Amino acid sequence: MAPKWPAILRDAVAPLIEAIDVSKRFAGGLGRESTLALAGLSLAVHAETPSIIAVVGESGSGKTTLARLLLGLAEPTGGEVRYRGTDLHKLTREERRTFRRDVQAVFQDPYGVYNPFYRVDHVLTAPVRRFQLASSRAEARELIGEALRGVGLQPEEILGRFPHQLSGGQRQRVMVARALLLGPKLIVADEPVSMVDASLRATILSSLRKLTDDRGISILYITHDLATAFQVSDSILVLYRAHLVEAGAAERVIAAPQHPYTQLLISAIPRAHAARDWLIDEDEETRKGRAPLSAHGCCFADRCPHAASDCLAAPPDLYHTEQRRAVACVRFRDHPALSAGALGEVLHFTPALPGAPCDESFPHSGQAE
Amino acid sequence: MSEPVLRVDGLSVAFGHPLGKVHAVDDVSFALAAGERFGLAGESGSGKSTLALAILRMIKPPGRIEAGEVWLGNTRLADLDEEGMRALRLAGIALVPQGSMNSLNPVLRIGKQIADAFTDHGLHLNRGEEKRRIAALLVQVGLPEGVARMYPHELSGGMKQRACIAIATCLRPRVIIADEPTSALDVVVQRQVMATLARVQEELGAAVVLIGHDMGLMAQFIDRLAVMYAGRLVEVAPIAEIIDRPRHPYTRALVASLPSLETRGALTGIPGLAPLLRDLPPGCAFHPRCTLATERCRAERPLLRRVDGTEVACHLA
Repeated sequence: MAPKWPAILRDAVAPLIEAIDVSKRFAGGLGRESTLALAGLSLAVHAETPSIIAVVGESGSGKTTLARLLLGLAEPTGGEVRYRGTDLHKLTREERRTFRRDVQAVFQDPYGVYNPFYRVDHVLTAPVRRFQLASSRAEARELIGEALRGVGLQPEEILGRFPHQLSGGQRQRVMVARALLLGPKLIVADEPVSMVDASLRATILSSLRKLTDDRGISILYITHDLATAFQVSDSILVLYRAHLVEAGAAERVIAAPQHPYTQLLISAIPRAHAARDWLIDEDEETRKGRAPLSAHGCCFADRCPHAASDCLAAPPDLYHTEQRRAVACVRFRDHPALSAGALGEVLHFTPALPGAPCDESFPHSGQAE
Repeated sequence: MSEPVLRVDGLSVAFGHPLGKVHAVDDVSFALAAGERFGLAGESGSGKSTLALAILRMIKPPGRIEAGEVWLGNTRLADLDEEGMRALRLAGIALVPQGSMNSLNPVLRIGKQIADAFTDHGLHLNRGEEKRRIAALLVQVGLPEGVARMYPHELSGGMKQRACIAIATCLRPRVIIADEPTSALDVVVQRQVMATLARVQEELGAAVVLIGHDMGLMAQFIDRLAVMYAGRLVEVAPIAEIIDRPRHPYTRALVASLPSLETRGALTGIPGLAPLLRDLPPGCAFHPRCTLATERCRAERPLLRRVDGTEVACHLA
C-alpha cells in the first residue's frame, strides 16, 4: 500500500491521480464465470510533471476499463483510485467538483458524441454554463474561441455549424477543445484517433502533444496503435488480457521490447519499407505445439515462444529491469520484483530541465535518463 | 502484362445532389493481371469504396454509373442482365465490404451462411457434399471445422473476418475486392487475417484489390498501388516505387503520414482538408494542399500520364 499522506502535505506531494493495485472484475451472473477486466495495475499522474502516458493493448485487454476507473465512471473491485490522495469514492462534494474539472475525457467516436440536432456550439457552451466559467456571453465566446484555437481550429470555421458539416478530425478536435475549456490537469483520451483517417491522425496527435508541452496538461493516451504511442508519448504501458506486461519510457519499450508480447506487437506492425518481411503465418503454425492457457500462470504463456513450466504455475511478478522500466516476465527474475503499488512511482516521469534542446518541428520534452 | 482478368475503363460515377452533380469516381481506368495484388489507397471520401461498388454494378440511386466499362475477362459487365450480374457477383468478383464481419447474420450458424451462398448461386448440393465443402472452406481460412456450427457472437473479430473471407471465396471467384478488411482488428490479428487472405488467393489464383489507407499494410501486401484523390487516380505504380520514389505530392504525403517506429517527432499529417466533391478547385484538385503548387496547377487539370513505367497525374512529376 502506498503511504497515506498527511492532510497538510497532501496537496503538495500526492499525485493528481493515482491508481494503486486496481482490479476490476465483472460478475458473470447466473452461475457464469466472472470476467477479469483489469488485474492489479498501478499508475500515477503527477500534476507538476506533465507527460503523455500511452496505454496500449488489443481489444479486450482492459484499456477502456482502466480509463473508466480513472474517470470514476466505474468502481474498482480491488485496490483504489485516488485523486490528490483521497479515494475517488470518498471525495467531498467540493473535491468531486474540482475532480470533474481537473480530469477530462475524450472518447473514441467523434460521430456519436454529438447530438445531430444541435449546433456544435452546444457541446462548448454546456460546460461553460454548468461550471459558470464566464459571467457574460462575450466572455463565454472569448473562452470558447481560445479553446478552439488551442487545438488549431479557427472559431469562425467551427461555431454555428452542425456536426455533419465538420470533418471527423475537426469534430474530434472540438471534443479536445471542450475538455480544454475546464482547464484540466489530465485528459483521458480513449482511442481518440482510431476512427480518423491516417493523414489526420498526425494533426490531432500533434495538438495533444502541444497541450502537454505548452499548457502542462498530462494525457493518458489509450490506443491499440503502438506506432502513434511511440510518436507522442513519454511512457508506454502494454496491457494483455487484463494484465500489465510491460511499462517504461516510450523509446526504450519500442527500441528494446522485453516482454514477448510487446515483441510480437512490434513485429506485427506493417512497415512502409521495401523489405517484405511482414506477411508470415507463424502465429498459426507454432501455436499448436505451445502450452495451454493456465488459469494460474502467465496470461501470455499459450502464445509465448519462451513458455516454460514455471510460466504455467504462477503469474510472473513485475520486475524492475532498468530505470523507469518494468516487465512481467519470469525471464527477468534476476531483477528486483516490484511490490504492488510501487509501479506508479517507478514510472514517474521526470521531464527535461527547462531550456533543454527540443525538436523544433515537433516539440518533445526530452528524456532525462 | 498477360491478358488482364479485370479491366476498368474510364469508369465514372455521379451522384445527383440539389447543389449540382457530384462525381465520386471520375474517369478511372486500370487493369488487373491474374493473381495480382492491387491496392487502392486514399483518404475517406476519395471514392475508393464507391469504385468497388461501381465495378460490381451495385451503385444505388441517386448514384449512377455515368460512363465507362468494366470487363471481367471477355465479359463486358454492362452487357449482363440483372440475373447475370447477380450470378457474377461472388462467383466472378467477390466483395468483402467494409465492416463485413459485423454484417454476418447473428441468428444463423456460420455453416448455414456459407450454404446460403451455394444455394443462391444455383448450386444444389446434397447434405454430405455441402458439409464437406463448408468444412474445407473453413480449414482453408484457418478456422476449425466446428466453426460451421457456431453463431457469429461466439467468434472473435479475427475469426469473423476469416469467416467472411470463407464466404467470399466459396465460389472460387477470379477477383476478390477487400475493402479495409482489417481496419477494426489489432495488428497481430491483422497479420493473421492478411496471411489467410494471401494463402486463399494463391490457392485460387485470384486477383485481389485491397482498399485501405494504411501505407504500411500496402507496402507489405500488394504488388501495385493506385492512389485516389477526389475521385480520380493520381498515381499508379509498383508498390516499391511508391515507397521509394513517390512521384505525386499527395502520395508522398500519404507515405509520410505513416508514423515511424525508428525516429520520434517524425509525425507529419497532410495539411488542409479533402476538397468537397461538389466544389472541386480548378486545375489539380490537390493544389490547395500542395506545397509545390504553381500557376499551372491552379489552372490546368493534370492528366494521368506515363513517367518511367509508372503513371502519375501531376504537372511537376
